[in-house]
Amino acid sequence: MNRLLVPVFAPGFFTSGPVHTALAVGTAVAIVCGAVGVFAVVRGQSFAAETLSDVGAAGGSVSFLVGLAPLWGFLAAGAGAATVMELIGIQRPRGRDLAAGIVLGASLGLAALFLYLVATYHGTSGATIGVLFGSLFAVDPSAIPAVVALSVVSAGLVGLLQRPLLLSSLSPDLAHARGISVRFVGAIYLLALAVSVALAALTIGAILGTALLIGPAATALRLTRHPGRAMLLSGAIGVLAVWAGVVLSYDSYLWPPRGRGWPVSFFVVASVLVFYVGSAVFARSRHGRRSAGRS
Amino acid sequence: MFSGVMVNAWVAGSVVAVVAGTVGFFTVVRGSAFVAHAVPNGSFAGAAAASLAGVNALLGLGVFSLLSALGIGWLSRRGRPDVATALVLTFMLGLGALFLSFGSEYEPQVYSLLFGDVLGVSSRELVPTLALGAVCVLVVTLVLRPLLVTSMLPEVARAHGVSVATMEIVFLIVVALATTMTVPLVGTLLLFSLMIGAPAAARAVTNRPLPAIALSVALAVATIWIAIAAAYATGFPVGFFVGATSALSYAFGRLWRAPRRGARPSRW
Repeated sequence: MNRLLVPVFAPGFFTSGPVHTALAVGTAVAIVCGAVGVFAVVRGQSFAAETLSDVGAAGGSVSFLVGLAPLWGFLAAGAGAATVMELIGIQRPRGRDLAAGIVLGASLGLAALFLYLVATYHGTSGATIGVLFGSLFAVDPSAIPAVVALSVVSAGLVGLLQRPLLLSSLSPDLAHARGISVRFVGAIYLLALAVSVALAALTIGAILGTALLIGPAATALRLTRHPGRAMLLSGAIGVLAVWAGVVLSYDSYLWPPRGRGWPVSFFVVASVLVFYVGSAVFARSRHGRRSAGRS
Repeated sequence: MFSGVMVNAWVAGSVVAVVAGTVGFFTVVRGSAFVAHAVPNGSFAGAAAASLAGVNALLGLGVFSLLSALGIGWLSRRGRPDVATALVLTFMLGLGALFLSFGSEYEPQVYSLLFGDVLGVSSRELVPTLALGAVCVLVVTLVLRPLLVTSMLPEVARAHGVSVATMEIVFLIVVALATTMTVPLVGTLLLFSLMIGAPAAARAVTNRPLPAIALSVALAVATIWIAIAAAYATGFPVGFFVGATSALSYAFGRLWRAPRRGARPSRW
């Protein structure tokens, strides 16, 4: 049995401490991002997620500068940015991309400055890669409780608000008529999104985090229209992508060209894209069969 | 500050700003901010591949910018455009990180590609940069009318028989070309700031297209000059000053507009 597994799992995979941490953190984060991401896709907030994530890059680099764990930097910056975006009116469809874009540009500029200062005054290397592209294998095991707690908070908020959130995402007017405060629901959702983005940034890096949030959700929404099922499916797809990333990256230590492992974030992002494109092909073949049957 | 290799920065920077100001105006009018953010990030993989293969960085940047622009265009027609944009963007960044991890100078190279480098334009690249800039401005001038109409009034354009889809592809290719020449100096992450900040400020000041383009170009040139001078003086990354100056010019644009808002109907 063990010999059969060797081609898939390189020797030492199941006993390695960093792998355990990576799988624990990656699984929790992928489930939450999957569930929260469904609403980001339905609401058309991909760019908002991308902005929160890039603002997180500035926060993550500050935390390197002052010597905090990067998760807190991602989180503080994300929550701050969500508040600002809410205040300048993220709901207005026209001009909101522009406002998000300006916030995004300015904070990436700040990230550049902070990372420069880290490199200059601390002399530590690895901050740029660590903040922007992340590495699941480098996550400190002591971060696990915080990650799990934040996952529960974020998933809980969205779970509690699921019905009003869905209604106000699909038809704000109808939600308003039913007495739902669309703005309040939107603000709470933006907060949950900011927490998930911070978790995603910790997992696959600040400028790649959007992939874990948007990709599995968009894939799931292609396969099912039912919101609850889409959230579950999206979480499962995210977990699959993270696991595939961890396994492939661990195996790649034995691959060319340098024998030091390919970045785990690359594999996660690549699996997400493969799932998304694959779901398009799958959905089209299913759709084709169905319409052929109808005619 | 104005000698030796810095001359490259000033000359290339000015050309880059003219192109970014022009192309950026259409980005803002069309509401394609996300795409303008994604295509430069796609080029990151190209620069990484070029340095791995030892070829001219502009070649890698050009090929990958075009690939990601066309990839976004292709995937967008088969699903939600913003999802397609986000996924192509992150995949290309991940691919770039992979390519760079094969090389020996991982960290410094990643940093200067993402955030820009005053000395990023070598003399070998100066002429191609100028040529690309000329091509960009020429293409925009040639398709100025249809591009404006499809950007501002898509329905009218359709009624006149202008293909909105074709203009979208033309626009994406122009963004890709502009990206190719801008990345070595400003970096993939902050190029976007230059393409959004100055044009958005210009649009806030005037609604007429040609004066807005002129103002946008002027603001972009001022932004890049300030950024190059400040980066040279302090040693901080160019990208920081580009991001900060762009945000400031946008803020001034908003302030300029605020008292006048009631006086005339606003378009956005």
